[in-house]
Amino acid sequence: MNYEAVIGLEVHVQVKTRSKMFTRVAAGYGHEPNTLTDPVVLALPGVLPVMNKAALDAVIKAGLMLGCDIAPVCKWDRKQYFYPDSPKNYQISQYDQPICLGGGVEIELPGPARNVMGEHKRIPLTRIHLEEDVGKLNHFATDSLVDYNRAGTPLMEIVSEPAMHSAEEAYAYLTSLRATMVYGGISDCDMEKGQLRCDANISVRPVGETRLGTKVELKNLNSISFVRDGIAHEIKRQLAVIERGGTIVQETRDYDGQTGVSQSLRSKEMAHDYRYFPDPDLMPVRVDEAWKSRLRSECPELPFDRQRRFMSQYQVPYTITSVLILDRALGDYFEEAARLAGPGRAQAVGNWLVNDLLREIGVAKTDLASAKVRPAQLAELVNLIESGTLLANTARTVFAKMFATGDSPAAIIEREGLTAAPTDAGELEQWCRDAIAGNPKALAEFKAGKESAINAFKGPVMKAAKGRADPKQVDATLRRLLA
Amino acid sequence: MAASSELNIDHVARLARLALSPQEKAEYSRQLGDVLHHIGQLGKVDVNGVEPTAHAYPVVNVWDEDVPRAGLPVDVALQNAPRQRQHMIAVPKVVE
Repeated sequence: MNYEAVIGLEVHVQVKTRSKMFTRVAAGYGHEPNTLTDPVVLALPGVLPVMNKAALDAVIKAGLMLGCDIAPVCKWDRKQYFYPDSPKNYQISQYDQPICLGGGVEIELPGPARNVMGEHKRIPLTRIHLEEDVGKLNHFATDSLVDYNRAGTPLMEIVSEPAMHSAEEAYAYLTSLRATMVYGGISDCDMEKGQLRCDANISVRPVGETRLGTKVELKNLNSISFVRDGIAHEIKRQLAVIERGGTIVQETRDYDGQTGVSQSLRSKEMAHDYRYFPDPDLMPVRVDEAWKSRLRSECPELPFDRQRRFMSQYQVPYTITSVLILDRALGDYFEEAARLAGPGRAQAVGNWLVNDLLREIGVAKTDLASAKVRPAQLAELVNLIESGTLLANTARTVFAKMFATGDSPAAIIEREGLTAAPTDAGELEQWCRDAIAGNPKALAEFKAGKESAINAFKGPVMKAAKGRADPKQVDATLRRLLA
Repeated sequence: MAASSELNIDHVARLARLALSPQEKAEYSRQLGDVLHHIGQLGKVDVNGVEPTAHAYPVVNVWDEDVPRAGLPVDVALQNAPRQRQHMIAVPKVVE
């Protein structure tokens, strides 16, 4: 019998705010333990929570970017449980009235080759709700130490429908979701800092079956690659159990990305009984059209929309655009440089940006924002090449100096003596004669009236001149000799 | 009373992390049963046509702008902790 896997993901994303969700002490990562607390975080008697407006803005914006319906009214509920990560013994969350409903995440699956766009599909979302993060426990041999710095940080829970069927789809989903959140400025989604965390619900069923199989929850998937590996591993494990004639037990398993092994977490003594009820300390949230439309106007173009536009508007190939959309600032940089370079030169701009600038940035271990080559200079370089003033190999030298100094290419060409200096006219004439003699086919074509055939002689001349000949002078000399 | 028969005192005690003696179980069963009975009476009120609400006051969108304020110094924050180490609260070892 053939089986298919069914995967749903629950993704927690920390919202990038300056203060916490229900109190105004600062939120942050990497601070000394228990330095980001106040009476509300510590749940001291008599405190009252007050919502963070920016966190609401962010989650509504996230919902709008993902095509969710925004609930006109939603409320807050207490989720009761006893665990030292929560000093209140409950977490403020949203139970039956999440702020965002429905929506979906567009994903791209791997294509048949690296330079061919893969299949796109939309993974539907169930809901997004807002809650508060809990404290961090550090486990030692005989006790656990609690740090409440993270407690109360605004946290979105993004729940997908059980609509993915492979580890690759889950990987593509997380990659796309993360890019969208980062584009929107909603979160930095750094998994190492716990800003994005993922749990996966995985089951298998015979192909054609519509009911879901018994699900296993996979926890502690702390990098996107571990999510892919952990899911692939779990699907294989479940299929092996079935092949042996066994049945899948509903459980929570922990996947260790380092060893590639999963193990059942100690089964809970009883099913969760969170006894949700409305938080009497918090008033509901009402979202009107004006609020939504203001946030809608702040939503950026989504990564895949941008990629499609770059491909059609600038004729930049898929491979280059795939890189350009990885980072919103990189795409902005590209557009500015392409605009400055002018029509027909965007592809060259994209190539220099992706192949050369990003490589140098990687080697220098810096980032785009600190790179000394700005869009105007990259555009200038491309224009110097396209106009024939700079040969490709000279251009690489110029670019390296641009990257090191931040000077404009024109200034570098001037200073380094790379300028298209008129060489000895006799020498130039000899190079032109050699070029014509070396290409009888182009000569015949030119004589037959094909004007553009003259360009075939220019490359060898420029090469002989080591890129330093004046293109106008080369053109004039060739025409004189061909006349 | 119908309500008290629905009350599983052992379950409730476990959720609340309370160890109860048999006498306490009997006593709290009766008290909580009364509470449930009272709620049961409220549950009989016909609320058809009454708009559900999360709160008695018709107030929404009570919030602050996202401007951080100073929190507690760590020694103040930890002064109620019975045990502490490395500026963290030490608790019995817990594994979820």
